[in-house]
Amino acid sequence: MPLAPGGLLQLTPEGLYCPAACAWIDPWRPVPRALITHAHADHARPGCGEYWAIGASEGILRERLGAEIKLLPVDYGQLHRIGDARVSFHSAGHVLGSAQIRLEAGGESWLVSGDYKRCADPSCAPFEPVQADVLISEATFGLPIYRWQSGAEIATEILEWWRSAPDRPSVLFCYAFGKAQRVLAELHRLGVSDEVLLHGAVDRLMGPYREAGVAMPPTRPLAQIERGVDLAGRLLIAPPAAHRSRGLGRFAKAENGFVSGWMAVRGARRRRGYGRGFVMSDHADWAGLLQSVKDSQAQQVYVTHGQSNVLARYLQEVEGVSAEPLEGSFEAERFDDEQEPS
Amino acid sequence: MQAFAALFHQLDGTGSTSAKLEALQAYFRSATPADAAWALALLLGKRRRRLITGRRLREICLAGTALPEWLFEACHAQVGDSAETVALLWQQRAEAHSGLEESLAQWMDVRLPQLASLEGEEQAEAVQACWRSLPADHLLLLNKLLSGGFRVGVSTGLVTRALAQSADLDEALVAHRLMGGFTPSGAAFAELTAIATENEGLSARPYPFFLASPLEPGQLEHTPPTSWQLEWKWDGIRGQLINRAGGCSLWSRGEELINEAFPELIALAEQLPQGTALDGEVIVWHGDAETPESFASLQRRLGRKAPSRSLQRDCPAAFVAYDLLEHEGSDLREIPLHKRRKRLEELQRSWVETHGSEGTGRLRLSATQRLRRWADLDGLRDQARAQRAEGLMLKALESPYLVGRKRGFWWKHKLEPLRLDAVLLYAQAGSGKRANLYTDYSFGLWNGEGELVTFAKAYSGLDNTEIRELDRWIRAHTTERFGPVRAVEPLQVFELAFEGIQPSKRHKCGFAVRFPRISRWRSDKPAGEADSLDSARALMEQLP
Repeated sequence: MPLAPGGLLQLTPEGLYCPAACAWIDPWRPVPRALITHAHADHARPGCGEYWAIGASEGILRERLGAEIKLLPVDYGQLHRIGDARVSFHSAGHVLGSAQIRLEAGGESWLVSGDYKRCADPSCAPFEPVQADVLISEATFGLPIYRWQSGAEIATEILEWWRSAPDRPSVLFCYAFGKAQRVLAELHRLGVSDEVLLHGAVDRLMGPYREAGVAMPPTRPLAQIERGVDLAGRLLIAPPAAHRSRGLGRFAKAENGFVSGWMAVRGARRRRGYGRGFVMSDHADWAGLLQSVKDSQAQQVYVTHGQSNVLARYLQEVEGVSAEPLEGSFEAERFDDEQEPS
Repeated sequence: MQAFAALFHQLDGTGSTSAKLEALQAYFRSATPADAAWALALLLGKRRRRLITGRRLREICLAGTALPEWLFEACHAQVGDSAETVALLWQQRAEAHSGLEESLAQWMDVRLPQLASLEGEEQAEAVQACWRSLPADHLLLLNKLLSGGFRVGVSTGLVTRALAQSADLDEALVAHRLMGGFTPSGAAFAELTAIATENEGLSARPYPFFLASPLEPGQLEHTPPTSWQLEWKWDGIRGQLINRAGGCSLWSRGEELINEAFPELIALAEQLPQGTALDGEVIVWHGDAETPESFASLQRRLGRKAPSRSLQRDCPAAFVAYDLLEHEGSDLREIPLHKRRKRLEELQRSWVETHGSEGTGRLRLSATQRLRRWADLDGLRDQARAQRAEGLMLKALESPYLVGRKRGFWWKHKLEPLRLDAVLLYAQAGSGKRANLYTDYSFGLWNGEGELVTFAKAYSGLDNTEIRELDRWIRAHTTERFGPVRAVEPLQVFELAFEGIQPSKRHKCGFAVRFPRISRWRSDKPAGEADSLDSARALMEQLP
């Protein structure tokens, strides 16, 4: 369903639009002013006049959208006046520099959650509960089958899996931005100090994390390892797109695993042909989504991404919260490795 | 059950055959015989009894979690499996489990049958108590065992090999000991893994079947064409007909005893000398007919516990023998095919002399031919259809009778399938590995009025890239939804291949096809140029 006309936020062909601020949030097409929740490709797209985003995401945004973009770095909690609106960015706990965006004007306040998670992640700032009259929440994992264990528990499983194959290499597939660094930071906390190998796509994104002071084991790009070097017992982190690619030919006999919330479902893992699935997501699980709705104290909730119909119906019928799915180009049914964010 | 759950996760969590083999061996070496027996039966898929239905598990889960039913459905659509959906939803409760550890055998012999015997509220409480007592990662396993849907990616061959190696036995011996069923018990496992003795009492058991591989063109051309025996590839079911001191039996290739369904073949077995095991085809064939009946006639006989006299008269079963595995009580599997064949022919001749008048054509020899030139092969194969056969078999005259699918000796050379171009009409998401992907397709052909009529369903034939591409296309071109089924715009044309086509009253289009699958995505062809019901009828009329 579309947003009612006259509200603080509108849905235009370019995406979510705030007339009072003359700004779009995570627009799908080039616009003069974009407020960016985080630097994943389905939220930050090239070609906009100016970008407002958390300072910590600047490196990644410039890496992905071009070094020359006009970027206005902001801090969490800072209040900005843009046009007639008051805008603030609050930590979303999703990836480095991710934010929820709160807008207020004419006595009305809206919160756009972006992608978020509530469990601890040593590679980024923790989620901050924020209040607003209207909440627009994601629902990528909006089914009660999704319930996350802590990152530390999953990292322990990953470490055991890696160490149990000392005679061959292990390849761990993770989204290059966010998940890979979270896994590395969790491994560091478990005392891992040996060098981890990185696929080029992951290696490219390490700089901003190192600059932000995220403690991780030493890493080396795979390209620096000469052919013929014995890789038994080594761990390589690579993006899912490299699964079964030619570039990883020398890892044909390696153990392989995939780190993603989708791995909670056995069929989802078997379909992709991964050996082990590690259930670790940078999105909120079912309980996390419900808790965030409660914390926001919103009178009205709009749900985007993934299971928007299911979560909206549950909020409406069971929790008694006025909620509706928000239709638009929020990538209605994303589940492809290439499309889905972590 | 801890150790078996760990084995399940190990097998499920690796694609490597050697890692699976290691895990299986380690389990068989360390488990008690009673547990190992159950594990074996489960891994071989020999015990898939449904104790509680998936629907009932769902009810019990909903009662315990207070989730609305529609939400369960939404979850099920994502997961594609009831037992797993229930396990995942119950995990939401995040309870501390009591950690009671009972053996696999205890669960399988006592606990689960107990749960199944309860009813109503009492059963619901008992099942929930079980869920509470187990760690979260055991729930899926428990539900799979309860609902009879336990499966994990290991082949019978791999399990047999692991067991044989862990017990220091010959693989073929273990395979033979496993034939004809295995009742899980410590004693049975001890027998299975006992040291080999001379003249083992395998009296009740069939031999493991030797299987042919699909012929790849050009593979055999360097061998002399005369070194091969050619037979028709019959369109019935493979079976072993046995007469031993312990009695007569007919075994299907799925190692099921099918004596009751084919009383006339058991009567035939009783007329054979004791100590005989024949390998051949069970097929419907009238005594004086030139060719057998189609597979559809045999289907009327399969699965019938006690076929009526009139059914036996309308669809009389015959055994088309193609190999003699045991004669006068001795195992002939190591002598070459041409020698076995000679003894088979003698056996059949003497049966015809003594019993031939009563049971005309009940025991037939599979006719053999010799090949003079490789160039003649496909011409011969094309005659199969006139024989109501599926193609040709090529068996090396010198071949022993081996176990399982060993390439090099026996080849099957099937007829080219029939083909029609049909239009995609409906799609449904698959289950398990294909959950959430539209992979089950229905296709239509044009009728005289310019409408598409549903004609066949097909589930296989596309590769993963095509499946994904088509899935995306289906989502973007849905015109209507009927529960899990989507109707799509009639635009995509696929070439379907199938083995046979028969009139059918149950199908709207008026006929049924056998083994339909997709052979090609005809993205070059507009829907208007797809085939019509008339072209299907014409195809049917060309067949014998």
